[in-house]
Amino acid sequence: MPFLDRHKADKIGDALFKGVSFFFAVSVIVLSCLLFAVLLWEAIPALRAFGLRFLYTSAWDPVRSVFGALPAIYGTVVSSIIAVVIAVPISLGIAIFLTELSPAWLCGPAGMAIELLAAIPSIIYGMWGLFVFAPLLASRVEPFIIERLGFIPIFRGAPLGIGMLPAGFILAIMIIPFISSVARDVFRMTPPMLKESGYAVGATRWEVIRRIVMPFTKSGLFGAVILGLGRALGETMAVTFLIGNSYGMSAGLLNPATSISATLANEFTEAVDAVHISSLVALGLILFVITFIVLAGAKLLIKRFSLAGGGRA
Amino acid sequence: MGEKITIKRLNFFYGPKHALKNVNLAVGDREITALIGPSGCGKTTFLRCLNRMHDLYPGNRYEGEIILDGADILLPGLDLIKLRSKVGMVFQKPTPFPMSIFDNIAFGLKLNGRRDRRDAAARVEAALKVSALWDETKDRLHEPALALSGGQQQRLCIARAIAVEPEVILMDEPCSALDPVATAKIEDLMSELKRNYTVVIVTHNMQQAARVSDRTGFFMMGEVMEFGPTRKIFTAPANKLTEDYITGRFG
Repeated sequence: MPFLDRHKADKIGDALFKGVSFFFAVSVIVLSCLLFAVLLWEAIPALRAFGLRFLYTSAWDPVRSVFGALPAIYGTVVSSIIAVVIAVPISLGIAIFLTELSPAWLCGPAGMAIELLAAIPSIIYGMWGLFVFAPLLASRVEPFIIERLGFIPIFRGAPLGIGMLPAGFILAIMIIPFISSVARDVFRMTPPMLKESGYAVGATRWEVIRRIVMPFTKSGLFGAVILGLGRALGETMAVTFLIGNSYGMSAGLLNPATSISATLANEFTEAVDAVHISSLVALGLILFVITFIVLAGAKLLIKRFSLAGGGRA
Repeated sequence: MGEKITIKRLNFFYGPKHALKNVNLAVGDREITALIGPSGCGKTTFLRCLNRMHDLYPGNRYEGEIILDGADILLPGLDLIKLRSKVGMVFQKPTPFPMSIFDNIAFGLKLNGRRDRRDAAARVEAALKVSALWDETKDRLHEPALALSGGQQQRLCIARAIAVEPEVILMDEPCSALDPVATAKIEDLMSELKRNYTVVIVTHNMQQAARVSDRTGFFMMGEVMEFGPTRKIFTAPANKLTEDYITGRFG
């Protein structure tokens, strides 16, 4: 009976397909758990040696084998915040231009150019940053900042061209394509009829964007920002080139600093001492946890946004 | 009654596509004018000419005249924002803004420069009363508008249009997403609106056109096949096509 045979074959195929896709889905969870477990395991010597002090002390002395993660954590968080603060308004501007204002012929090429920016390897950004951007900052931008804004403590320091602020700048450039292309896609999802309703009561383009499109898409926009922040937190090469790699903390954003990923990139190949290696792994573990907290926190917030009824129709 | 809007030899083009062909039509002051016809006949396109909604998209072109209160609204350099606060619009689906019930209605007021809070509160209340939504919403004005039912949302959109104090209200199939009970409420509301406003409504529902309107225009393939008093169109149509359409032979 061919009919029944076919039925049977379908059933086997279905079961097979289900099994295979289940396996792949589960493997993602297993992999991240394993990753976490290995980081934790390898970090144990450092955690045993320094305990929680590892999180809030700032010595980093391979000779005496004393390690504390605070300056690296500080650098990672501050450089990422600088990047987000600079990148968000620029990215929103780009996304608004592309969806609402740009003439049709420019939309495709400009959108493509932004996506290409995202495809440039970070080592290229790092080299460009070090050889082109840093000298420019040192000779023109930073002296100006120090002169005009030097009364604010965070803008004091020497115009070196490398440091926390330059690293934040380069990170901003690197995350703009991510934030702006997600924001553009989110803006495009606004129903045309909703926007027309705004124009129908006499709103201008800006009023429609500000009062209708942005509130309507706010959870998506928030997601775009978090995506950018997540990328900034873990970015390594460009930051390593520009942050100055000085293990210490200073309030001045112009001063050289370090980040978790920059410290790892600089020291991993040279570390021989067991506690040193373990401390580096512990830094990696901290980065993993920070990123996880940011993403989980964002998910929770987005859930609360949509429960508040502000989001989608 | 007099004429509020007079349309003379109106042609409209979506890029190369000739969507409206030589439309002549007169919308009576404080009357309901219904536009009927099969899908794609140009009735919505026509409606959207009356508040120049087509200007939002590139490549669209008008020819002819649309005389509103003696002035041609197709003239270049016309203040579209002023036009749209004089000619309001309600859409096929309810389109509440992502904000509270109160703010939805106050939205247009703020845009038109009336920022006095007490004045705004009075106007919001008045608009909600006209659209018969006040009793259902007076205790929850600051809840999100999206929490309302579909029929309530559509009445909210009508209130939002009224609050700006337009003279003309355009309705593009305002009941197409609503159930019969909500539809009946909107139809009652339209008859109410007629006292103070000129209403132009596009509808697929011929009974609705017959029930509520004073004048009816029958569109087909971008042309007005017949235009006249509603009673005449539905009882003694002059055009064979009109008769075929209203008796359900096609469409």
